[in-house]
Amino acid sequence: MFHIYCPYCEEHREEEEFHPKGQAHIARPEDPDACSDEAWGDYLFFRDNPRGIHHEMWLHAVGCRKFFNITRHTVSYEILETYKMGEQPTVGAEHLAREEKTAREGKTDSVQVAEGGQQAVGASDAALASVKGAQA
Amino acid sequence: MSQTAAQPNRLAQGGQVDRTQALTFTFNGHSYTGHPGDTLASALLANGVDLVNRSFKYSRPRGIVAAGAEEPNAVVQLGATEATQVPNVRATQQALYDGLVASSTNGWPDVQRDIMRWVGKLGSPFMPPGFYYKTFMAPASMWMTYEKYIRKTAGLGRSPTQPDPDIYDHMHRHCDLLVVGAGPAGLSAALTAARAGARVILCDEQETMGGSLLDTRETLDDRPAAHWLQATLAALAEYDNVTLLPRTTAHGYHDHHFVTLHERRTEHLGDSAPSRAGHRQSRSRLHRVRAGQVVLATGAHERPLVYANNDVPGNLLAGAVSTYIRRYGVVPGRKLVLSTSNDHAYRAALDWQEAGREVAAIVDARTAPEGDLVAQAKAAGIRVITGSAVIEAKGAQRVSSARVAAIDVDAFTVTGKVETLECDTIASSGGYSPVIHLASHTGARPVWSDDIIGFVPTTVAGVTAAGGAHGVYPLGEVLADGVEAGANAVTALGFATTVNDADLPRVAPRHEGPACALFQVPHEKATLRAPKQFVDLQNDVTAAAIEVATLEGFESIEHVKRYTAMGFGTDQGKLGNINGMAVAARCLGQSIPETGTTVFRPNYTPVTFGAVVGRHCRELFDPERYTPMQAWHVAQGAEFEDVGQWKRPWYYPRKRAGGELETMAEAVARECRAVREGVGILDASTLGKIDIQGPDAREFLGRIYTNKWQKLAPGRVRYGLMCGDDGMVMDDGTTSCLAENHFLMTTTTGNAAPVLEWLELWHQTEWPELDVYFTSVTDHWATMTVTGPEARKLLTDMTDIDLDREAFKFMDWREGHVAGVPARVFRISFTGELAFEINVQAHYAMHVWEALFERGKHFDLTPYGTETMHVLRAEKGFIIVGQDTDGSVTPEDLGMHWAIGYDKPFPWIGKRALTRSDTRRENRKQLVGLRPKDPSVVLEEGAQIVFDPNHAIPMPMVGHVTSSYYSPTLESGFALAVVKGGHQRMGESVYLPMADGRIHEADIVGTQFVDPQGERQHV
Amino acid sequence: MSNTVHVYDARADHATVTAESPLAYSFQRSGMPAPGEASGEESRAVIGERAFLGHLILRGGAIVLDEALREVLGIGLPGRPNSLTVDADGQRSVQWLSPDEWLLIVPGDETFGLETRLRAHLGGSHVAIVDVSAGQTLIELSGEAAHEVLMKSTVYDVDPHAFTVGKGVTTLFAKTSVILRRPDESRWELIVRRSFADYVYRWLLDAGAEYGIGVVREDRHESQ
Ligand SMILES: [Zn+2]
Repeated sequence: MFHIYCPYCEEHREEEEFHPKGQAHIARPEDPDACSDEAWGDYLFFRDNPRGIHHEMWLHAVGCRKFFNITRHTVSYEILETYKMGEQPTVGAEHLAREEKTAREGKTDSVQVAEGGQQAVGASDAALASVKGAQA
Repeated sequence: MSQTAAQPNRLAQGGQVDRTQALTFTFNGHSYTGHPGDTLASALLANGVDLVNRSFKYSRPRGIVAAGAEEPNAVVQLGATEATQVPNVRATQQALYDGLVASSTNGWPDVQRDIMRWVGKLGSPFMPPGFYYKTFMAPASMWMTYEKYIRKTAGLGRSPTQPDPDIYDHMHRHCDLLVVGAGPAGLSAALTAARAGARVILCDEQETMGGSLLDTRETLDDRPAAHWLQATLAALAEYDNVTLLPRTTAHGYHDHHFVTLHERRTEHLGDSAPSRAGHRQSRSRLHRVRAGQVVLATGAHERPLVYANNDVPGNLLAGAVSTYIRRYGVVPGRKLVLSTSNDHAYRAALDWQEAGREVAAIVDARTAPEGDLVAQAKAAGIRVITGSAVIEAKGAQRVSSARVAAIDVDAFTVTGKVETLECDTIASSGGYSPVIHLASHTGARPVWSDDIIGFVPTTVAGVTAAGGAHGVYPLGEVLADGVEAGANAVTALGFATTVNDADLPRVAPRHEGPACALFQVPHEKATLRAPKQFVDLQNDVTAAAIEVATLEGFESIEHVKRYTAMGFGTDQGKLGNINGMAVAARCLGQSIPETGTTVFRPNYTPVTFGAVVGRHCRELFDPERYTPMQAWHVAQGAEFEDVGQWKRPWYYPRKRAGGELETMAEAVARECRAVREGVGILDASTLGKIDIQGPDAREFLGRIYTNKWQKLAPGRVRYGLMCGDDGMVMDDGTTSCLAENHFLMTTTTGNAAPVLEWLELWHQTEWPELDVYFTSVTDHWATMTVTGPEARKLLTDMTDIDLDREAFKFMDWREGHVAGVPARVFRISFTGELAFEINVQAHYAMHVWEALFERGKHFDLTPYGTETMHVLRAEKGFIIVGQDTDGSVTPEDLGMHWAIGYDKPFPWIGKRALTRSDTRRENRKQLVGLRPKDPSVVLEEGAQIVFDPNHAIPMPMVGHVTSSYYSPTLESGFALAVVKGGHQRMGESVYLPMADGRIHEADIVGTQFVDPQGERQHV
Repeated sequence: MSNTVHVYDARADHATVTAESPLAYSFQRSGMPAPGEASGEESRAVIGERAFLGHLILRGGAIVLDEALREVLGIGLPGRPNSLTVDADGQRSVQWLSPDEWLLIVPGDETFGLETRLRAHLGGSHVAIVDVSAGQTLIELSGEAAHEVLMKSTVYDVDPHAFTVGKGVTTLFAKTSVILRRPDESRWELIVRRSFADYVYRWLLDAGAEYGIGVVREDRHESQ
């Protein structure tokens, strides 16, 4: 059960108030008629399914009824940021890679972290990065 | 000390039970007594009941092993009546009450004489490890047979066959800090956080808060620990920012610090929840807690040692022995042998001896134990045998002796001569395992610590383990660890804390010697040939089974677990997991950390379904949505149909002359005729209604609907079709132009919320520049459809609106009054007849509705329900989205080319997809009418259609029936269907093979069965 | 302006037309235990319907709406999300629902006049005003156990220290949604959709049973 910060309500609310709406930043092609069947099919049907950072659109359905975006880690389930419709994420795969590097450099052998299947809200970036490292 | 006669193992003094009151209870049909303060387990032990169950697989006799949630054997069925049966209750966690009735869940047909016993005796060829996989993989068809048998013998308990008389509920809670476990660490963490002003919830699974303080030999501030415990609980109760939840188990740790707690509110009081102040109270309650931070002070579970026949009744955990003596005043035997790898367990022997019973020996695996407790034991004259262990228990229904020998722990061999010690109880301790289950639910993997010889949890941010759960055992350090955990947690949330060491109670210093790592005890015979050495008592997993698993090539501990069933089910590996891993590690020749650990999953202990459901059951299972005319429908005896959450009148059966009610078919036929020949009325208030305002409203409609909206004038109404961007029909309805920048959209009943969300989606994400707002007015307006050739006559004297067919045309709307109430009236028709849809504010719906019936007496105004509505619309070929469409149907498939504005300037939603190759295919399934050759046949909705009934099976299926009814107007069955290339197949015959072998024949016809020219709605 | 939107007084004359509140059927069907009736002791939770109030949804930009509202009603829009402004005599309130949506509640007979005056003040601004008075109703909840009744019903944090006076949110209530607000120390208000009102009422009676919940009858019947 996620605890999600609504950027419009400006507070954390329970997941039950929200509906997930799939991958974020899928723009409708400006000129659909100029799209090939294949391009239109991609827009309609094909979505990413990454292990790691994922930008998702959610709706605060029982609340302010606004759509907004979440950057979520699909392994730890940590929500790294939420932002309004029309805004761009500040956390991306590059961000994670950077953190990973830092974490690897400072990592000692005694630290053991999850190999997967965990959720880690608020988990340290180092832990998250190591998760990412474990899959590489 | 002496004991009472009725309870042979009850001490005359000591413990926290009230000996002045006797409670009578029944176990397996025998009556016993116990006292308030007892658990069922302590009362059974007080009465000398050794045998509480038969084991899961081998059907071996089993007794009580532990004193808490980790109990693997004493899992009982509770309930004095059929309706109050509760399976899966741990006797160690069930408070005793007068009249309690319990029985063994296992041991069919009887725990004393078990027909499965031969299985255990014969060394179990019946269920080797991997039994499930090997035996039940094939044939799959036999699984149902096997399962029934396994369940019966496996003793999983049973559900009641009668309705539960009790109620259960939920409570949503929010806090800064949730502390799980009210032992010394949890109490000090909670107190620290409470002082800082944080909102704290402290829960504890036991009847009484206190954890290890309830049976410790240690003192706090030079007084028994109970004094500090009482003072601390009293102090916590004073804070209004603290919620104390005893008898409450944190059983699941979910995402983002959402923790579910199961509070047993009345299970200590009786079989069924007693009422309080005249009100029902819930038997148990599920607390759904969202915490800012969590401290897991869940303590540690003692590990039993794994030796031969370690499952015979009379084998207990050392700590449990102390608990029963010190907390319940019960000594569970007469003569004790203690087998240990650590100092701490020595207290069991000391407690035993102080209770006046005999200690045969303490057998210590260490060669030179040297702590304070060791010295105390020696001073008390107890024989201490070092460098040795109990390698085997003897006895059938109860331990009769212990075989003791010197062992080499590292070489895993017996090195000395075996000595047999007479005894009836063997207590063992292989050290302690921090209770890491909840931490594990978060996905954080535990790490092995050589210091404590156990796994300690790693935690995600915001979670801290404290005390025993953290691998910290000495009492003084536990208290300090709790304070630190509590302080750190609330500091992280921004609270100011002042931690002062002087706040902590003084603990007498005690020297404890180092423990040794001992899990499985070696036997003279190799593991595979030695008598059974149990690792997981609940699932009957032996050391030999694990060894077999590794020999068969299972190296991952997760695979070993699944192969052997270790840690399965309600047990969740509380006692056995670490020992099992140690055995696997030994067999694989690697260390425990190399072997890894398995993951614990929710729930920590079983949670009754009632608590999961809460009050969301029976009449409160789901919302029932009512229109403002609900009372009238009920009074008229309407039958109701569920449409989404709405209750809609389905049909209104009338009494026939003989006093009997009409059948559904009769009622529907009568209602249909009334509309086609006279006048009927439908409560259409459930239709979704969306108020749309803004200068760009019209542009928006043009983008979201397939058809054109630029020229719709105020006062006019238009039918609209909505597609997804995949070109498939999503919803339909009429939209009225109320004013230049103001529209009222209607949606299908079930799609009101999804359509509003759809409009918002496009407005918020793609076209925020359009100035338009959408507001749901579904519940504000009540809608009543007056329809039939007599509709105009009926309304004429009731309204100030000019109803003349030229002044108020089909697809017009007008504002005025109906029955004195301001109303918008729409000339739209879903029946094909003359129709007026009247919208009034819902407050006045009943007033107008009853006025219509008052006036309607002269016209035999007939209320009709959804079934008649369906027949009438189908006769006209009007589709119902979701019935005649299923998300794979385009407007063209429906033959609704007239509703597609391909030349609109904006590439509206769905347009592009309608020119994809797949949507242009000629053999797409297309909507047609079907007329059965035999007019008495009403085709089955969903029936598959074939062109050639003589084709070999499997016949190519070319479509299916979407709507099918009997038409009283046509005096025939008729249907709508989708058929491949159907629009080009008018007049052809199709066939519908039925399950019973009959094959119906039908003609493909147009979709409009009645008034195909559409003249009647214009009259 | 007036011809671009259909502004329409659909309120009937309550002197000649029988109006039924959203809970009328529920009171008849499920009963109205008077406070203290169920157990003989004082009810620790009390509910009552405030029927026939005027409920207007305002959509638009905060600045223009705030200005118009101050002018016409003397109260402004609440400045923060999830909050509520109440006028001096407690009869009129405006609540934040979303960044461009507010709920205005006024005595029922003021509804149309208010909409008309607001529209006049707003001129050509792009706003929407929608009357939803008959589509929802207001249930008051009070008593020392009021927040416990709510804890059994909603996922939102209703601890009186966390849900302070002046707060108002849209959230879940059992299996439906509710607008929940706290206009003063002693009362909570639940605004529920008409079609769900019966479910909410039955849920409240059930959740409040252990606190001896009572229902007060509204004496200002149809007066507004
Ligand atoms: Zn929101």
